[in-house]
Order: sequence, then C-alpha cells, then structure tokens
Amino acid sequence: MSRLELPVSLLPLELREVGFRHADQNLLDGVTLRLGRVGKTVIMGPNGAGKSLLMRLCHGLLRPTSGSIVWHGAGRLGVQAVQHRQAMVFQRPVLLRRSGRANVEYVLALRGMGRRERRRLAGEALERFGLAAIGDRPARVLSGGEQQRLALARAWALRPEILFLDEPTSALDPAATKAVEDAVQAFHEDGTRIVMSSHNLGQARRLADDVVFLCRGRLLEHTPAEHFFTGPASAEAAAFLRGDLVW
Amino acid sequence: MESGENAFLTAFQLIVGMDPVLTGIVLLSLQVSLSAVLIAALIGLPLGAAIALWRFPGRGLLITLLNAFMGLPPVVAGLLVYLLLSRAGPLGQFGLLFTPTAMVIAQCLLVLPIVAALTRQVVEDLWNEYAEQLQSLGASRLRSIPTLLWDGRISLVTAVLAGFGRASAEVGAVLIVGGNIDGVTRVMTTAIALETSRGDLPLALGLGLVLMLLVALVNGAAFLMGEAARRRAG
Repeated sequence: MSRLELPVSLLPLELREVGFRHADQNLLDGVTLRLGRVGKTVIMGPNGAGKSLLMRLCHGLLRPTSGSIVWHGAGRLGVQAVQHRQAMVFQRPVLLRRSGRANVEYVLALRGMGRRERRRLAGEALERFGLAAIGDRPARVLSGGEQQRLALARAWALRPEILFLDEPTSALDPAATKAVEDAVQAFHEDGTRIVMSSHNLGQARRLADDVVFLCRGRLLEHTPAEHFFTGPASAEAAAFLRGDLVW
Repeated sequence: MESGENAFLTAFQLIVGMDPVLTGIVLLSLQVSLSAVLIAALIGLPLGAAIALWRFPGRGLLITLLNAFMGLPPVVAGLLVYLLLSRAGPLGQFGLLFTPTAMVIAQCLLVLPIVAALTRQVVEDLWNEYAEQLQSLGASRLRSIPTLLWDGRISLVTAVLAGFGRASAEVGAVLIVGGNIDGVTRVMTTAIALETSRGDLPLALGLGLVLMLLVALVNGAAFLMGEAARRRAG
C-alpha cells in the first residue's frame, strides 16, 4: 500500500561535483551522485568521512561551497515543496518540551494544518510507532529509544517523499535499534525514499539496497549492496569491510 | 520619637488592620511595577529572542549595551524619562509627568534591558541545540521565536522575576518622575524613604515588611512553579 501516489516526484536527486569547504579544509570534495525514486541507500565510511555532512547538504541544512544539488521535481513543484517533502531524523533527536503528541502536532501546525486534522494525524503516527500509550507523557522524559521512535513518528506524520537518517541507532541498545530498523522498513514500504548513514556493518547489510561509500570527503563507491559487500571496488572499502582502520 | 519595638508593633497593627493609607500605597506599587514588568516582558522576550536568532551588523554592540543597561542607575532612568515628559520635553504635550503612567514608563526602561538580555542568553543556548532540527522541520526563524520562548519558559520566568525584583525595589526613578505625591504617585519605596526621614517609623517599617513579603511570595511561587514544570517536562 502506498500513501505517496504523487503526480510529480521530487526525485531523482542529483549531486554534481559537490564540495564543502570549511576553515581551509575540503570536508567534501567532488561528490557526484544520483539517487533514484525508490530504495534504501546506506551511506558508509569511517568517522569524519563526511557522511553527516553529505546528508545535511542534500537536506538543505547547509549549502555546498562548490558544485550543485538538483532535485529533478523542483522546477514543477516549487521551492517550498522541496523542503516540505523531506524529513530528517538525527542521531540525537531534539524534542520540544511538551508531550510527545504535541511534538507531532507541532510539525503539522508548521505545515498549516487545522487542529482536528492535526489531532487525527498525530494520533495515527503515534499508533503506527507503538507510542499511543505514552504519547501524552512529556517527550523529554521518554527513554532514548522512545525518543527516537517519536522522532520517526514525527517525520512519518509529514508523509515525506524522502527521509534522511543520520546514524539513528548509534546511541541505542539492540532492542531500540531493532525498533528503528523496523520503522525504516515501514517507511520504505509506504514508498518513502530512504537515505541513511551508518557505521554498523550488520545494519547496513540488513537494510541497504545500495551503498554510498565515503572516505576522507570523497565518494569512492556507489554500488548495489550485494556488490559492495561481496566485492568492493576500492581498497579503502575492502579494508573498511575487513574491519581495518581506514582514515 | 518612638522606640524601635513600638514601631514594629504599630507596623504590624497597620498591616493586620489593613490600614487604608498603607493599602493604597501597596496597591499602587503593585499596579505600577506589574504593569512595567508586563510591558517590558511583552517587548523584551521577543526582542531578546530576535537578537539571539539573527546576525546583523552592530549586534555585538547592542548586546553589550543591553548588558550595560541591566545596571542602569534608577535615578538616571528617572532623569531620562523626566526630560522626555517634562513640559519642554518631546513628549511634554501629553502631561504625563507626575502620574503613575510616567512611573510605569521609567520602570519599564529599567526592566526591559534585564528581560531582553537574559532572554537573549537563554534563547541563544536553546537555539544552538534546536536550530538544525527546527530548520529541518520547516520552521522559519520568525516561527521559531515563540517555540523557543515556550521551551525556555522555566528559565525565562526567572528573567521576568529578576525584572520584577528590580522594579519593585527601586526608588530613584519613581521618585523623580512620580514626585511621591500623597494618594497619587506615592509607592512603597518612596513612602519608606519619606516616612523614615520624617520619623514615622511604623508606616515605613510596615511598608518595608509588606515589600519584603511580596517579593518573597512572588519568588517563592515562581520557584514552586519552576520545580513543578521541571518535574513534568524533564
């Protein structure tokens, strides 16, 4: 079942020679990448490779200092739709000091939705992620896993066409990690394009349709997951998969 | 002149007996200071938040000035408002000098920098944590202001209280622009100063006690509110 029978799609997303320079350092350099309409992309690479930075650039939180980022649907959909059709889940979600339900309703209010509609959709989102029973508790007193699930419910309420996740499970225990992975799968089944960074090989194997491998700010590979895990093209990726230190 | 002990006793009788002169002075004080704090908060909270969120030329200077004006001597604030409102001043035509309105304006001038400067600090700290997430959710900077003010509410209550403390405790500004006119612009602090110099210690003491009690009550209530909110909101 797809909730996203959109007449016009924002995707594909195309990055052309994208670079990001900060304090005389090339944090990202010459990244060319095309993300199609469907699938789950996992961005891998050692710490400091530029995984988070790449997603922030795609999501529009930062502007590249060179190159360009093009949403193919942007021309027909307009600037606001480009922003409204994306969502991002961070490593540590920032939840507002109000109830979980109110956190979800807040983002719907930002989209200009009426009160009744907000209540209905927020209730649906909490239900979907198993948060209905604790939705009226203050968001800040929830456990780490519950907070991340709430962040996912908040993103889900926005019905994004593409969802970015920046190491969403790196601070979570195995049970909470499983819940987040299930949620990612649920987004995928609803037709949302997934772009997620992870340094967890097991997780990448479980979720990835294709893998983007970054190392020292450069894109070394973008290949289907089965190719990447069985026969990586670059020496760096091979070493990374073996568990060697790569930097 | 009465002895200190007798003065205390009479002061208590004035308070417990709800002496009309004392009650009138207390009510006017509250009316003036609370109005000043309310207006200062309505301006200072969004102003402080805006300074926290936007980068513009002269921002550093503005913050330095706000911080400096937190310590503005009340008599100087009074003098400034006096010059503005006096017959020959730019706002002289409104005839506001020696009215409670003039006192509200003067106290507002004292409270505003406190509320704005403390709000700027609180909101800037929150913004460091929230900026990316709010941007990602699609909240503009302008839309983020009420969100940040609400999420900083526990700290901001303290900022507003600091303003109330300053307003209710100062003498210089209300004395200059109000004139300490009996029954019209006489508030607790000006009355205490006058009655002490005239030797009417019971009234001065009674007012002093009420003033301390009020400030203690307001701060106590705010503390309890803050604790309750902290327990609830985490």
